[in-house]
Amino acid sequence: MAKTAWDRMQIIREKNRPTVRDYLPLVFENFIELHGDRFYGDDAAILGGIGTLDGQPVTVLAQVKGRDLKENQQTNFSMPHPEGYRKALRLAKQAEKFHRPVVCLIDTPGAFCGIGAEERGQGEAIARNLMEFMQLETPVISIVLGEGGSGGALALGVCDELAMMQNAIYSVISPRGFASILWKDPSREKEAANIMRITAEDLVEFGVAETIIPEPDGGAHIDPEAAAEAIRQYISETIPKYMKIPIAKLLENRYYKFRKVGVFTEQKGVNPL
Amino acid sequence: MLEDLFSKVKTRASYDKPRAQKGKMSIPENLMFKCPRCGKVEFMDAFLLGNKVCPNCGYHARLTAQERIEQIADNFTFIEYDKHMKSLDPIDFPGYPEKVYHLRRKTGLRDAVITGECTVMGSPCAIGVMDTRFMMASMGSVVGEKITRLFEQAESRRLPVVLFTASGGARMQEGIISLMQMAKTSGAVGRHSKQGLLYITVLTDPTTGGVTASFASLGDIIIAEPKTLVGFAGRRVIEGTIKQRLPEDFQSAEFAQEHGFVDLIVERSAMRKTISQLLKLHQTGGANNGKDSLG
Repeated sequence: MAKTAWDRMQIIREKNRPTVRDYLPLVFENFIELHGDRFYGDDAAILGGIGTLDGQPVTVLAQVKGRDLKENQQTNFSMPHPEGYRKALRLAKQAEKFHRPVVCLIDTPGAFCGIGAEERGQGEAIARNLMEFMQLETPVISIVLGEGGSGGALALGVCDELAMMQNAIYSVISPRGFASILWKDPSREKEAANIMRITAEDLVEFGVAETIIPEPDGGAHIDPEAAAEAIRQYISETIPKYMKIPIAKLLENRYYKFRKVGVFTEQKGVNPL
Repeated sequence: MLEDLFSKVKTRASYDKPRAQKGKMSIPENLMFKCPRCGKVEFMDAFLLGNKVCPNCGYHARLTAQERIEQIADNFTFIEYDKHMKSLDPIDFPGYPEKVYHLRRKTGLRDAVITGECTVMGSPCAIGVMDTRFMMASMGSVVGEKITRLFEQAESRRLPVVLFTASGGARMQEGIISLMQMAKTSGAVGRHSKQGLLYITVLTDPTTGGVTASFASLGDIIIAEPKTLVGFAGRRVIEGTIKQRLPEDFQSAEFAQEHGFVDLIVERSAMRKTISQLLKLHQTGGANNGKDSLG
């Protein structure tokens, strides 16, 4: 019996679920973290840096879930501010300059909703990332580690290939937000989760994700090293594939990966009812 | 036609019915206009002649897409694109097809955006107008696809794009498909832009959520109507997060301009002329510069 979206949400909320801080030393070597957006500040909710994988330098951009309250306070529960997205874009542009592939690790409930975020243009920061990543002249691979929430996740999700950890979810809004807006009842979160179609399999079916990275039975927290190895292996196999594709073709494919997503009819007069 | 006749009869009948209003002066709906902001009652004619702007306080009421096009486009020049596109129900969300069906009947729209091309005081452009009557102009597959095609069409025809935005954000009823429209439209804006073509965004009330976080924020020139609500997160969401009341002008067009996200705030009465002036200023340069003039 396949796990429901709600079952998976329990797994990704597991206290010991590995975060990017756990994965980094297991997946990459020689990692050096780089800070700041060069405009305003440094957002700890998004980590950026350069490391190697199989000897190939890669730029890593990741949303940082904390492992305890203290870490979560530092990383704002993985909800980035505009300067986080601008840091990610700066480092992506740097990767482009050196023709270094970019690996984005998504793990956020969403972009932060607050006064400072609005004042500094949260909408603009996300929009700019969507447009610029679409044209970034180097391969981009994104992996949803746990929670992929809304535009705040998508800002690191414009890529050549999207992979989902087996128990990860990716949604337009959190199930709780969905229930509270559409049904005016946040307590129907579980019901929302199960009808929103947010599991890895759903996303592959919609053509939004390409790959599912297997997790150990019971979830990544049962054996973080095995989960990290699966991630390492996936990146190691995927990057060379995209490094071989000429840039013009790569960008064309990336555009059509998103261009094709949509469900509509152009039949005249006919109503589905 | 036959339908129109019946609907008119119905209106007349309900109009004649005396309404029981205790102690209130009864004002026929279509004679007077009561401004929701300043509360002043004005003649409807004055309000309508001013393109739905309150003659007293300058409050800009929301326009329908048709009204907007009528106001901006030169007479008889508007040609609509993708007129018949309608949404389906990708996540089988209960009640969604019914809701869309009733809104189609009620508004005459097929979805929340009308796209096409026209001239504005003689300058040709591709134009898109979002309409809040249709599920608060939320972006699902149809809005995403029509806006993407608008930019693609404008790219191949070498036309500038003028887009009047308004939206509550992504259309949650279409699940993850609606989120992907943000990337899709932003990608199309980027390709159009790379060809050296002009994109003017006009932010109208309210422009929020996934539309702010995609094509609405990507114009070469960003205009807003006065007092328009512009923001990413909803006011109540932010108030819930920070546990305090937000100032009145938070997320207004003026607030966005003060923080550097809007080029100019233009009153509705000056909108057509401003857009025309900007289009004319871009008739040379960019894509229109020399070598590829055959387009």
